[in-house]
Amino acid sequence: MAEQIVLSARDLDFFYGTVQALRHISLDIPVRQATALIGPSGCGKSTFLRCLNRMNDLIPGARAEGSLTFHGEEVYARRRDVTELRRRVGMVFQKPNLFPMSIYDNVAYGPRLHGVKSRAALDGTVERALRAAAIWEEVENRLRRPALSLSGGQQQRLCIARALAVEPEVLLLDEATSALDPISTARIEALLTELKRRYTLVLVTHNMQQAARISDRTAFFLNGELVEQGATVQVFSMPRDRRTEAYLTGRFG
Amino acid sequence: MIDRRFRRRAAGWGAKALLWLCAAAVSVLLLAMMGYVCFRGLPGLSWQLLTEEESVLRGTAGILPGIVNTLLVIVLSLAAVLPLGVGAAVYLTEYAKSRALVRAVEFAAGVLSGIPSILYAMLGALLLCGRLGLRRTLLAGALTLAVMNLPAVLCAAQESLRAAPSSFREGALGLGAGKWFMIRTVVLPASLDGIVTGCILAVGRVVGETAVLMYTAGLSTAMQDFSSLRSALRASGATLSTVLYVYARERADFAAAFSVATVLLFITAVINLAASVMGRRSRRG
Repeated sequence: MAEQIVLSARDLDFFYGTVQALRHISLDIPVRQATALIGPSGCGKSTFLRCLNRMNDLIPGARAEGSLTFHGEEVYARRRDVTELRRRVGMVFQKPNLFPMSIYDNVAYGPRLHGVKSRAALDGTVERALRAAAIWEEVENRLRRPALSLSGGQQQRLCIARALAVEPEVLLLDEATSALDPISTARIEALLTELKRRYTLVLVTHNMQQAARISDRTAFFLNGELVEQGATVQVFSMPRDRRTEAYLTGRFG
Repeated sequence: MIDRRFRRRAAGWGAKALLWLCAAAVSVLLLAMMGYVCFRGLPGLSWQLLTEEESVLRGTAGILPGIVNTLLVIVLSLAAVLPLGVGAAVYLTEYAKSRALVRAVEFAAGVLSGIPSILYAMLGALLLCGRLGLRRTLLAGALTLAVMNLPAVLCAAQESLRAAPSSFREGALGLGAGKWFMIRTVVLPASLDGIVTGCILAVGRVVGETAVLMYTAGLSTAMQDFSSLRSALRASGATLSTVLYVYARERADFAAAFSVATVLLFITAVINLAASVMGRRSRRG
């Protein structure tokens, strides 16, 4: 493969207590492309996504085996700085989860956390992030207003802005549009298509059209296993595995 | 058929009438009590009463020392109970790995919050005033009250910390926040409401407490020496509720007692108002 690999899983197993949620996952995430993780509910795609920045650590009894590397370094190494990992591998969640603060403070949260203090620097970062998330025009005159006064679609774009403000390399999106109306979804899809020129995107989605529209590569999960992966065009038009074809044609899931 | 429908409707009316009666009785009772206290107390309220100490020579009552002592005890006991209670609650809800420890503390807090205050009075008098040598001082009284309020503040803080949405936590951690940063910037602000409510309850108990303070802080209605920190920490005196007891019970001066009661009523009202204003402000975010 000529393209640069950012995240790479090799025989990754993942357990919640005694329940095995992922089995022998081997998957490469290439730089500045969108990789879609698809599959029916409970197939492990969200678990895999949350391994990539160790958000699963919050669940008691969760543990990983096998290898998962970020730029060649083990994500689950004991001495790994998880906060640094999460700064570089950002995440947007299913439901907008803005903090009950102003729009400005939400976006400035990350930069402040990582030690940016100067007013001018913060102002610049906030504006850049809001522009990158295509929401600047809508909020530039009300940065001091509570973030929770925005509409659901705006809130989710603000979440993306908040994630971008710490200048991550990778952005993980966990069904980021599933709680939104079609118009808001379309705006976010357009935004993601824009963002993948600069960021590496990994998105979990239940929306097959969305995966087909946005992603360059697709991985199909089923019962904790990675059934098939490849270029999105190939997976959607000529799936190699019968189960992939069955899922894509709507026979289950 | 019609008969059953009628009966059901009649039961509805009956219930409504009964509930209305309960509500009416409660409001009449509460308003009448407040009204009676004010009716008896307001005439005796004067600038002199509020700003002077009692004068035996002139035969006048004065409750400035009581007001000052009350404020001091509130501030001191809050200063002790807040960091302790909230700190312990943060540890128990956010850090503690042992479920057994958490459960043990919660059980103990539950038991302690049900104990009558006279028990705290005894323990305070024996341990703080006696063993630790604080003697009967406002400091000893405030610390005893802090111990007494600890379970309630701990529980209120724990509950509101648990109620802080996990989506906030995930959002903060997802940006690379460490645990303490997340707690400080997202979890604690989100649970401020409940913590403030817990504090207000604590202040209410401090203002209303007599038994504990009679044993640990003393009954003096004279102005104490607050000129230096040292003398202030050694000051011994009565808070307003205890002053009320002194006037009603030992001097049988009910005019003065009702005036003190009116002042207490007013202070409680102000605290409640402040609580609801603060609650509203922190909810707005």
